[in-house]
Amino acid sequence: MSYHGGDYDVIVIGAGHAGVEAGLAAARMGASTLILTLNLDAVAYMPCNPSVGGPAKGIVVREIDALGGEMGKNIDKTHIQMRMLNTGKGPAVRALRAQADKYLYQHEMKQTIEETDNLLLCQGMVERLLIENDEVKGVITQTGAEYRAEAVVITTGTYLRGKVIIGDLAYESGPNNQQPSINLSYHLQELGFDLVRFKTGTPPRVNSQSIDYSKTEIQPGDDVPRAFSYETTKFITDQLPCWLTYTSEETHQLINDNLHRSPMYSGMIEGTGPRYCPSIEDKIVRFNDKPRHQIFLEPEGRNTKEVYVQGLSTSLPEDVQRNILKTIPGLENVRMMRSGYAIEYDAIVPTQLWPSLETKKIKGLFTAGQINGTSGYEEAAGQGVMAGINAARKAQKKDPLILDRSEAYIGVLIDDLVTKGTNEPYRLLTSRAEYRLLLRHDNADLRLTEKGYEIGLISEERFKKFLTKKAKIQEEIGRLEGTVIKVTEETQKILEKAGSTPLKDAMHAKVLLKRPEILYRHIAEIVPPEKALEEDVAEQVEIQVKYEGYITKQLEQVQRLKKMENKKLPEDLDYHAISGLAMEARQKLSEVRPLSVAQASRVSGVNPSDVSVLLVYLEQGRLKRVQ
Amino acid sequence: MEMDTISAISTPMGEGAIAIVRVSGEKAVEISDLIYKGKTSLREVESHTINYGYIVDPDSGEKIEEVMVSVLLAPRTFTRENMVEINCHGGIVSVNRILQLVINAGARLAEPGEFTKRAFLNGRIDLSQAEGVMDLIRAKTDRAMNVAMAQVEGKLSKRIQKLRQALLETVAHVEVNIDYPEYDAEEMTLEILKEKAQFVKDDIDKLLQTAQQGKILRDGLATVIIGRPNVGKSSLLNSLVHENKAIVTEIAGTTRDVIEEYVNVRGVPLRLLDTAGIRETEDIVEKIGVERSRKVISDAELVLLVLNNNEALSDSDEELFTISEGRDRIVIINKTDLPQEINMGRVKALIGTDPLVTTSLLKDEGVEELEEAIKTLFFQGGLEASDLTYVSNSRHIALLNQAKKSVNDALEAIDYNMPVDMIQIDITKTWELLGEVIGDSVHESLIDQLFSQFCLGK
Repeated sequence: MSYHGGDYDVIVIGAGHAGVEAGLAAARMGASTLILTLNLDAVAYMPCNPSVGGPAKGIVVREIDALGGEMGKNIDKTHIQMRMLNTGKGPAVRALRAQADKYLYQHEMKQTIEETDNLLLCQGMVERLLIENDEVKGVITQTGAEYRAEAVVITTGTYLRGKVIIGDLAYESGPNNQQPSINLSYHLQELGFDLVRFKTGTPPRVNSQSIDYSKTEIQPGDDVPRAFSYETTKFITDQLPCWLTYTSEETHQLINDNLHRSPMYSGMIEGTGPRYCPSIEDKIVRFNDKPRHQIFLEPEGRNTKEVYVQGLSTSLPEDVQRNILKTIPGLENVRMMRSGYAIEYDAIVPTQLWPSLETKKIKGLFTAGQINGTSGYEEAAGQGVMAGINAARKAQKKDPLILDRSEAYIGVLIDDLVTKGTNEPYRLLTSRAEYRLLLRHDNADLRLTEKGYEIGLISEERFKKFLTKKAKIQEEIGRLEGTVIKVTEETQKILEKAGSTPLKDAMHAKVLLKRPEILYRHIAEIVPPEKALEEDVAEQVEIQVKYEGYITKQLEQVQRLKKMENKKLPEDLDYHAISGLAMEARQKLSEVRPLSVAQASRVSGVNPSDVSVLLVYLEQGRLKRVQ
Repeated sequence: MEMDTISAISTPMGEGAIAIVRVSGEKAVEISDLIYKGKTSLREVESHTINYGYIVDPDSGEKIEEVMVSVLLAPRTFTRENMVEINCHGGIVSVNRILQLVINAGARLAEPGEFTKRAFLNGRIDLSQAEGVMDLIRAKTDRAMNVAMAQVEGKLSKRIQKLRQALLETVAHVEVNIDYPEYDAEEMTLEILKEKAQFVKDDIDKLLQTAQQGKILRDGLATVIIGRPNVGKSSLLNSLVHENKAIVTEIAGTTRDVIEEYVNVRGVPLRLLDTAGIRETEDIVEKIGVERSRKVISDAELVLLVLNNNEALSDSDEELFTISEGRDRIVIINKTDLPQEINMGRVKALIGTDPLVTTSLLKDEGVEELEEAIKTLFFQGGLEASDLTYVSNSRHIALLNQAKKSVNDALEAIDYNMPVDMIQIDITKTWELLGEVIGDSVHESLIDQLFSQFCLGK
């Protein structure tokens, strides 16, 4: 028996990192929103490593924040330590990473959702979608509730037909023995979606009290208070350290001796695992000349003794896992609390999506997160916020918001997925971005706040603050351009102290700042501004002046790209009718159906002459219409 | 429609007496003017005029080539954009040099068929021709690809692949430092990076040098035989020609009213200049002989200077040494069948490190040694003819020059202590440009490399 459960603008299936962002974004944009999840106690759950951020990923968190998303704020309230990585390198690759208190993270996020207007969080397992004329109209749950909506976002993570594997044991399950979602997967196949089978894994957890930390190296957080969100004002100061140890020769021997019991090698696992997240048995087989591998011991929270053993992801049988742990310095007497496992799940082939994350097949249906073939909480949250925004805009009959590759890592991520697809769980890397220097963590607000404001996710107050910051940066750069530093004894002294060569002639302040060893604070010491600048403004001035040459070069490339992005291709273009296109290009383009010539040029198998042919074809069409 | 400025060589390579470098786009005139020196700046000349002047290297101020430059302003041009056509002497080196200067000045190397494409996109070609344009682009690209592939097959391709692999490993190493900062991989220091970049730059330089050798293989090494009357120039010429089956061409022209003969000496094609002159001047007065030598030397890449073993060095001999100074030169002391009168001490002082060969052309002695000396000189660096990889495609040369510029930028940034991820931008660019040479620029290979080179994971 089914019954009418209610009417909403947007329904989100799943409350993982993609689902919560999607639900919050849609609700905050004024859409009445329902989040349905299998288990209310697993909202924003971290089934794998208890950490948020890192290179590329940390920048995504900042981008989510600039768009009015929640991940940054939530981790700022619930971390146990934070570090800025890559401080010795250039500004483009600096990245924040936080270790999370995974329980607090969940509770905090759940509470935020509960307190949000227009948003209902509800337990229930969706089994089918309501579809009329290739348009989504709602969902039906296992208990017979029929919820109607204008748009539906599926964020089922690794739950779709999930299967956990430990040694020779395999059973249907979501992560960490959660209920899997079986019927929805079959339903998606019925609807004609292409699904792929992916695999990921997690390491064992151990009890902190059984670790001999004296045999490990301490990995503390930064002394300086850090935060992801531009709105965070309260900083956590009491941090917990992580610890570093290594595998030993015995570890490798033990694993080699037990390879025959690994499901990876017995053929039990059919899903494609990510190369960047190999299990320990994979690492030892593929890199057998590496004498030892790093193992990071990461506390899972403040109110638990469970410790995550990073670097030891495995699906070996439980007894082998216990023995492996004991071969690692510091873990000789360790008590294992949960075993590691591999998990297989269904994902949809992401080239079936438009760049808005709406499916091409069914209007109003969006997918985000691991179901789209990605891996990682940040990648999921980034897609979640975009899917939530676009689902709400769909319900509000507005055009979707699409970020391009030069605007955000989120843009790179989604464009890669929908244009190229992926044959393994997709992880963001800074090298996937062609305009890495423009996509910095320090300028995420400058890149995206305006967009967040326009779609209604950034408050008036925050936007005003942002505009002031922007103006100050411009003003100060202008001032440095117009300020001449004269050769004085004091100037030379400051330069000497900074390890720089003395001035021969007077020099513009801006030119002096370009010297590698000169920082903004040196300039401010020589020619101080009327009022000392806030740290984040000073940082922008320094970066924008120092790397101006490189930044300009990339901006020029972006300009060229934009011209091609602006050449739109019709969704229903018949590529098979364009005689000049190579056969492979016709097939690939028909499948991906790119929205612009630029996107077409990134489809694998499309070469530059195909792009030329497309341009000529477009022009021909324009001429035809004119005639 | 706004488009960047493009340039390409629009005449067939190495064929014909003149070659044309074409530039099209909004900044065609400005860019060309940066490397042009004539009576009037190209910015100021009237449209649809042809202007005499020089192409100069704006960095060194060196005059590269005497040229005629057509300035054609939009819209009455082939592409309906501003266009400049630089007419220069045929051959490979100078025209490529000019193309490179145009690119350095801000133009982009045109894609195959791009001028026609622009003509169409700018409405120059009407709708009925559109299908034809698409076919043309296809055909041109395919042909260019085929030609390019044929050229890069084998050794050149392998060499570039090796270079790219070295770059890719370097890039992957930097990337692993960036994306996995806590991973226990060795940190890529600026010193290591510099060493790698320098290695790549040196190898690109070597490849570009083979472009010069490739040109010689195609055009012949411009060779001149000089010497006083009756030292045996004719005999030398005859023995080179007889042994090596000369092909005689008559070139009638205003400046080069000479006969050239092509001979192939042990794999080195020689283009013997002014052979008519040599035959005629054997018996004219010495002074005129020296004057004539001075004239032909200016075109020569190899000078064969013949001396008489049986006579003391004269002032004319000394003068011939002076005028051929600085060129690749082989000194031949002929008539060893007669008693030695020549002052060998003085000769040795004059020749420095140039090869010296003694011959008796009358007795047919020493010719082999001479041929060996020519070969050695040409294949300096120990390359054997069969082992040579030549870069002769103008597109490849332009791409290699761009790659060299990128790697130079990287080296400069290293000296400037820039952060490694900035330097990475230029290193990656170099890798991509080299990829274009062999038609392979798939970005995904970096990520493949990253995960096969390093053991990463959680």
